[in-house]
Amino acid sequence: MKQQQLLVAALENGTVIDHIPCDKVFQVVSLLHLDQNDRDAITIGLNLKSERIGLKGIVKVANKFFTDEELNQLSVITPNVTLITIRDFEVVEKKEVQMPDTLTGIVHCPNPKCICNNEPMRTVFHLERPSGRLRCHYCNTEIATAEAVIEH
Amino acid sequence: MENRSLVTIADHSRQKIEYLLQMARQFELHPNRLLLQGRVVATLFFEPSTRTRLSFETAANRLGARVIGFADPKVTSGTKGETLKDTIMMVSNYADIIVMRHYLEGAARYASEIAPVPIINAGDGANQHPSQTMLDLYTIYQTQGTLDNLHIYLVGDLKYGRTVHSLLMAMRHFNPTFHFIAPEELAMPAHYKDYCRQHGIRYVEHQEFDAEVISGADILYMTRVQRERFTDLMEYERVKDRYLLKLPMLAQAKPTMKILHPLPRVNEIEYAIDDDPHAYYFQQARNGLFARQALICDALGITLEQIENDTTILS
Ligand SMILES: [Zn+2]
Repeated sequence: MKQQQLLVAALENGTVIDHIPCDKVFQVVSLLHLDQNDRDAITIGLNLKSERIGLKGIVKVANKFFTDEELNQLSVITPNVTLITIRDFEVVEKKEVQMPDTLTGIVHCPNPKCICNNEPMRTVFHLERPSGRLRCHYCNTEIATAEAVIEH
Repeated sequence: MENRSLVTIADHSRQKIEYLLQMARQFELHPNRLLLQGRVVATLFFEPSTRTRLSFETAANRLGARVIGFADPKVTSGTKGETLKDTIMMVSNYADIIVMRHYLEGAARYASEIAPVPIINAGDGANQHPSQTMLDLYTIYQTQGTLDNLHIYLVGDLKYGRTVHSLLMAMRHFNPTFHFIAPEELAMPAHYKDYCRQHGIRYVEHQEFDAEVISGADILYMTRVQRERFTDLMEYERVKDRYLLKLPMLAQAKPTMKILHPLPRVNEIEYAIDDDPHAYYFQQARNGLFARQALICDALGITLEQIENDTTILS
């Protein structure tokens, strides 16, 4: 526990993504292109004890503050992770990442006959309530969030 | 600028549907006018559909508009790799409105988001075909005098038939009772039944298709049962004749009951029925003209009031 606290506390400025399910950690790393970041200090923790989800992963990135678009992408891969923003060693914000009502350019449409797979354009998906499914703005195909594939 | 495109009528309010029906009524009274004189209507058919194209082009021509476009994607740039966007942007420079049919789902929605002129969806893959729905609604209204509280029987391919799906959704404002009659393989998909439940639409599923069942119908909406829709051809052979409408089956029908069909038919309505007073599919097709005149005018921002006070009427 102490070590984990240290991990977070050691950050002067940056972001901590906490409560990531372990099997999603590397997806998060690649989604945020952290594997291509050769500038900022990045700490990746795996199989850490969590009261909330058993074992968890954590990703800590110095000097990085994520854009809304990046957070929206994150929300599709791993809903309910905790995002902690740190400035001058202080936690200035701590929130759960939630999926927005509309996802633009994030989720791939599985319908090969959808216009969005045949034109140079961004996909648009709407979060349907109360089902929690994602519906393609163009072809109306619905998918479960867990099946969502991220656009590249 | 307000986007006046027509992509789907699933989102239209009751009020908007009734408004468009009144507009279509005006065109039924006087289909020949010079209301669109000086305007250019483009019909872009990325997928051939002679009936729909002729209906739209007649609608435009009878209102005095000029028509440009293509009927066959093979002669257009699409095959040379031009994007839909580029084609739409190019044609928007020439035309005041674009009527488009496309084999890809969502094509009309996308076009409506990028085009500076209004788009009318004349069918986008398996997705939407709002002008067909509009003419169906107009025909139901015309024959029944109302859209409210009707018993509408949908027969045949209820799985892939987009016309029956659009009709079902558009009727949600009018307290209908739907009756589904289809082979098991082509039954109404579960999510449309969910849609019915969510919107308080009653529906009944029938195993039989006979005079007794038909006796409850205000509208008998027939569709094609196509061989290629079946994964099991044995099943097709077993059921194919069960959904054919024959004259004796109309013995107990309500006098006001009308038979509709989106056409073309194959053999699902026997020819002897064509002369029966219940048959209405050819008038239904004719209504496509008036419905499309209304849709073109509405998309161009012409109001019902302007149409009612139109001084350009020829006949
Ligand atoms: Zn799609």
